[in-house]
Amino acid sequence: MAMIELHDVRHAFSGNPVLRGVSLSWDAGEVMGLMGANGAGKSTLIKVLAGVHPLQHGRISVDGASPDAADGPLAARRLGIETVHQRIDEGVVPGLSVAENLLFERIAQGELPAVGSLRGLLPAARGVAAGLGLDWGDAVLRRDVHELGIADQQLVLLARALSRRPKLLVLDEPTSALSAAETERLFGVVEDMRRGGVAVLYVSHHINEVDRLADRIAVLRDGSIRSEQTQPFDWSVAVRDMLGERGVRELAEKNDQRGEDTVLELRGVQLFAGSAPFDLDLRRGEVTGVVGLLGAGKSELALGVFGAQPFQAGTMRLDGAPYAPKSPAKAVAEEVYLVPEDRAAQAMLPGWSIARTASLPFLRALSPSGVLQRRKERADGRAVIDRFGVVASSEAQGVDSLSGGNQQKVVVGRWLRGRPRVMLLDEPFRGIDIGARHDLSARVRELAAGGSAVVVLASDVDEVLEVADRVIVLVEGVPRLDSYAVDVTRDRIVARTAALNGEDVA
Amino acid sequence: MAVPEVKGPQVDGDGAKADPAEKVTATAPSPRTGVRELAVRYGFIAITVVLFVYFAVAEESFRQPSTLFSMLKFASVVAVVGLGVTLTMVVGGLDLSVGSVAGMSVTISAMAMVFYAQVGGVAIAVVLLAGALVGAVNALLIVVLRIPDLLATLASMFVIMGLKLVPVDGQSVSSGMVLRDGSVAPGKFTPDFLAIDRAFIGPVPLPVVIVGLLAVGTWFFLTRTRWGRLMYAVGANPEAARLAGVRVGRYRALAYVLSGVFASIGGLILSSRIGQGDISAGNSLLLDAVAVALVGTSVLGLGRPNAWGTILGAVLIGILITGLTITGFPYYGQDIVKGIVLLLALLFSFTLSRRRSRYAPAAVI
Repeated sequence: MAMIELHDVRHAFSGNPVLRGVSLSWDAGEVMGLMGANGAGKSTLIKVLAGVHPLQHGRISVDGASPDAADGPLAARRLGIETVHQRIDEGVVPGLSVAENLLFERIAQGELPAVGSLRGLLPAARGVAAGLGLDWGDAVLRRDVHELGIADQQLVLLARALSRRPKLLVLDEPTSALSAAETERLFGVVEDMRRGGVAVLYVSHHINEVDRLADRIAVLRDGSIRSEQTQPFDWSVAVRDMLGERGVRELAEKNDQRGEDTVLELRGVQLFAGSAPFDLDLRRGEVTGVVGLLGAGKSELALGVFGAQPFQAGTMRLDGAPYAPKSPAKAVAEEVYLVPEDRAAQAMLPGWSIARTASLPFLRALSPSGVLQRRKERADGRAVIDRFGVVASSEAQGVDSLSGGNQQKVVVGRWLRGRPRVMLLDEPFRGIDIGARHDLSARVRELAAGGSAVVVLASDVDEVLEVADRVIVLVEGVPRLDSYAVDVTRDRIVARTAALNGEDVA
Repeated sequence: MAVPEVKGPQVDGDGAKADPAEKVTATAPSPRTGVRELAVRYGFIAITVVLFVYFAVAEESFRQPSTLFSMLKFASVVAVVGLGVTLTMVVGGLDLSVGSVAGMSVTISAMAMVFYAQVGGVAIAVVLLAGALVGAVNALLIVVLRIPDLLATLASMFVIMGLKLVPVDGQSVSSGMVLRDGSVAPGKFTPDFLAIDRAFIGPVPLPVVIVGLLAVGTWFFLTRTRWGRLMYAVGANPEAARLAGVRVGRYRALAYVLSGVFASIGGLILSSRIGQGDISAGNSLLLDAVAVALVGTSVLGLGRPNAWGTILGAVLIGILITGLTITGFPYYGQDIVKGIVLLLALLFSFTLSRRRSRYAPAAVI
């Protein structure tokens, strides 16, 4: 029997299944790389392992022992499961010193005196830090943990986890805050763990990291394991499993509508502090699909064009005129629209009706004098429902009670009242069913046919190919591929998306 | 208790009043409304009516129309200031400086008339301007300097409370008082200014008319104009509003400026009522106004701040306190009554209502 056993682990949030039966096993001294696209269920799986979410179904065992579900994180810890979560601010305790943070669990559990001088804690804290090869002096240990850089905070959490001598160490995107040198140190630690007989679960979307560290990999998609491999890995298979495949399309099926004139020019745009600047032209009358994994810079690109979040550097021109929106309001005035990525947080207004949600961006047109024309507003709400086939009892129905797909239709449909010059849709198909996706795709195609420059940003290659005439692959903030859809194979797009350091893997 | 689920809640318009035109297209209206829903929506109004009837039956004097009007007059200051608080709650904030602005307005109006011998009109203009100015400063702190609403207005509350004492040496201003240089103050509270609180239009006291007009204006502004709608959008989800092209900062600023003006109007009524520049005036207004606005979010079961709710809340508390006072309840028990009313309102909003109010928890604590 393997040291770590997960058997048919399922988890649902208010009836919504996120994990649909995950079974995995690996041995002491092995590093398991867990990969999956955004929303695949990785974080949920980690939280179930760590006891943050109670185990709803299935079995977890470490060295033959199973955690007592009622005990939550403590039970997991008792079994020897230590987790370093992706979000650092959920782990460190601001206001306490570095030393106290390093020893936090021992203090919290009464193993160390809660009241006492900081000086008394320093030797133990130094020991914990040394476990990670950190030579931190008393001056560092006495500082407030928030005075450390984000990378050092990450190291604090890692050192703390190691000091518990775990049997299973779970690392969730551990390098997202680390520099190259610190990443190397982390890799060294993982190697040590392996040699020391610790089982490691390494969760990351960085293929090169997983390629280097993992003994075996598992790909999670839509809440279940799609494939497992042992070294050497075939990454094109893994990435395909990760991004999904709904039948490879024939070339003839691809969209090929080509725009003539450039609407939006990006010059020297830099998406991340360290990434290379690039130029990009968006043309009228075509749908540009931007493919990229989580963290590739899709949202940064969309929000930058929409004026919601400035680029690191760069300029834009819209129909030849300088375009530098300082706010979304300015962008909307210039007929540049965005359907943001996170519907609930960025587009929905709790308790609002369909008609009101739909009218919000162009309220001025409904109230030339300032007084709202409510009859017209209702008629416009009905128009969105009819045009997009929203399933609702009336335009007065609350948006909260709609299904995800119908919500998405409303927040996309509301922009079509205007005549967009540039229409950006960030992950427009996330969390919606196939039928709704086809409806939306058709409307998006119509929009481009009507003369707009349309940009669809998504991590799913097939979603993009369904609507796009032109495909851009974004890797770490830089376009790595820019081609008409008919001129490129799906496999090549996938390979580029998963490119290691800019190299093709296929 | 089993409560039938209402499918597809109709939340357009003003909730309580469904527009007949909306019904035509509703393919599946499910008007089966649970007992709980009824309680949430009409419970408060029912309590108000029952109390009113009880007091009317129990006490002869309560039945006089003049008592009704004096009750409304009594509630008018809190109602006006509460309307301002309501506006700031609509944008997801809360203005803690309203009580101090009202108090400041009392002092400023008294100074204008007593120290500088100005007519009532000038006093009114200066007070309104000062109220708008405080609102603008609050807006600056909150929108430009990004201090959280509660903290910014808490700070400005203290500053204003202290600042108003400086020009009057911490003394209440009254007609005929002796000034710093030994002379007698040249002016006095003018009759036209005193008339704000004392005049009648027909049988209705002027402050009640003022509040009525402001309530209608605020209701219309909030529910029938673009600006009101956008203010609600800012309160419901500021990020979604921003990404829909709403200039969020502007509407938050507008709410605080309006709140300052409303508070100063409340101060004017108060000043006219007291007839002197009482330095302690307005001290208890903040809590009353916030309580009334909070009661207002639940009164009609809307779960969001609204003008009529706030007015109803003020009237309810007015009826209760007048009624209890007439029936011999000790004056010092008033705060207990206010507290219980507020608690009831919160029970309606949070415990009974299925629609979670977004406004109270984050904004108040």
